[in-house]
Amino acid sequence: MHCFFYSKSLITLKRKEFIKKAALSSFATLIGTQIVFGSKLLEGYIPLALEDPDPFTMFKKNKGMVVLNDKPWNIEAQAHLLDDKITPNASMFIRNNGLVPDTIDAKTWTLTIDGESAAKKKTYTLADLKSKFKHYTYELAIECGGNGRAEFDPPAKGNQWTVGAIHCASWTGVRLKDVLKDVGIKSDAVYIGFHAVDKHLSKDPKKEPISRGCPMAKALQDETIIAFKMNGEDIPLIHGYPLRLVAGGWPASVSGKWINRISVRNKIHDGTKMEGAYKVPCNPVAPGEKVKEEDMCIIESMPVKSLITYPKSGAMMSKGKTLTIRGHAWAGELEVAKMEYSIDFGATWKTCTVEKPSNRLAWQHFSASINFPKTGYYEIWARATDARGTAQPMMLPGWNPKGYLNNACHRIAIKVN
Amino acid sequence: MKEGVNPYVRVRKLFSLIKQTFILSLVVIVGSIVYVTYNEINYKAEPIAEQPIVEAFDEAEWDKIENGIHVRTGLIDAEGLMVVVSNCTSCHSAKLLTQNRMTAERWNETIKWMQETQNLWDLGGNQEIIVKYLTTNYPYTKKGRRAILTNVEWYELED
Repeated sequence: MHCFFYSKSLITLKRKEFIKKAALSSFATLIGTQIVFGSKLLEGYIPLALEDPDPFTMFKKNKGMVVLNDKPWNIEAQAHLLDDKITPNASMFIRNNGLVPDTIDAKTWTLTIDGESAAKKKTYTLADLKSKFKHYTYELAIECGGNGRAEFDPPAKGNQWTVGAIHCASWTGVRLKDVLKDVGIKSDAVYIGFHAVDKHLSKDPKKEPISRGCPMAKALQDETIIAFKMNGEDIPLIHGYPLRLVAGGWPASVSGKWINRISVRNKIHDGTKMEGAYKVPCNPVAPGEKVKEEDMCIIESMPVKSLITYPKSGAMMSKGKTLTIRGHAWAGELEVAKMEYSIDFGATWKTCTVEKPSNRLAWQHFSASINFPKTGYYEIWARATDARGTAQPMMLPGWNPKGYLNNACHRIAIKVN
Repeated sequence: MKEGVNPYVRVRKLFSLIKQTFILSLVVIVGSIVYVTYNEINYKAEPIAEQPIVEAFDEAEWDKIENGIHVRTGLIDAEGLMVVVSNCTSCHSAKLLTQNRMTAERWNETIKWMQETQNLWDLGGNQEIIVKYLTTNYPYTKKGRRAILTNVEWYELED
């Protein structure tokens, strides 16, 4: 079934009635039964009997991943699933704004560079991109802007991500700046915006589910790449096959999947979800306060943050044993300078060992050995500090209407018997 | 067929019939492509009619309620369930309803946003039913600045 990603849309539409009937008669043959009211099904709808109901098999994900939404697919990891230094596909969160493309032909795939500030419009095939430009591989931390949204009060609408919308995979591709140089950029270039082939949830072909981008300064960084490989293999379909823009350290929505066009703009890109999303109040506001769109600013670098990936929360151990914890820390555009942990709710902090990043914008691994003074219930809290001296807050950071940028300290529960 | 008719005439008739069928199906195919293309261009999601629209191969199975839960969507069986199912779950997952705990004011704002940007139709009198269902069955709970850890699954840590 080439379009098994479609969900169970059941809008009654009068259009395309006879086409549907024709299509459904073949469904009926396939599942060996007549589909009652089949003519009322929306085009593109695949009856349950023909659907693969298991996203874990479909996307090759760890069974411990949590499905937040199946239309569109949004699935997050749990802290302990992110223990690997380089995140494998099985533990990578999925965030979609639209419907996953059903047919992709890499042989005929092209990437077009256009826009007011491109010297000319130029189209590359995948083969062109791979042969014309030098390849680079980087480990890049990509976090959803809404990671941690579930904790905000008053709650913000949207997928209620807890801690698992972060990954740091290894991406291989060509530098966006090399491609832009080949096309030529005018001096008035301000922003780039990507376009992709995913479909809007309403299936309105005129709507793009998402078309975001970044200022030229970010677009021209060495680590901003047009990737065709993830962890050494073709990018899995759900993560953007065959081409993904990867901009580490910024909200994951900048790293557009299934891209076929990048526009060089002479103004801030005005694609879908540049307005009304991925923005926070320019000035701090009280919880629940209404904020006008013009008082909202686009999120750029993500804030400093860390995650304890071992042990899994809920570990019980005997007194006298040493517990070695480990995890990762990242700080958007910056490096993590210091990593600490506390077993007394922040009254005292002890230093963790933190490694240098493999490359700029990769997450950094930390570890520490802990001896507990007496039996009882503990929480281990982890706190990272970036190169500018900004640390993670223990409480929720500034409330914002859309619930972005929650970088409050991660903690796990431990019992010492 | 009458006896004595030249077999060649019969074959010719048969061929002509095949030809006609072929031309007719060609017209239908081309016509349907034009029809679909036209509709694609003018496409906009249409409101759901009042009558129940959730129908499938086995109706009883399709809207089965088990332990107070509408199995297909995972929604709580309560007043307004089917209005919610038909208006809210055709474009997005019911999980987007159950994981969000908003006040009536914020649900109404969200509906307005969906109408302005996501092709959601005018809900008419159903809007009140939907918002009441959501705020009653999935009420907003205070979390404060940091909640305590809950649902911890305890396990023995191996060495």
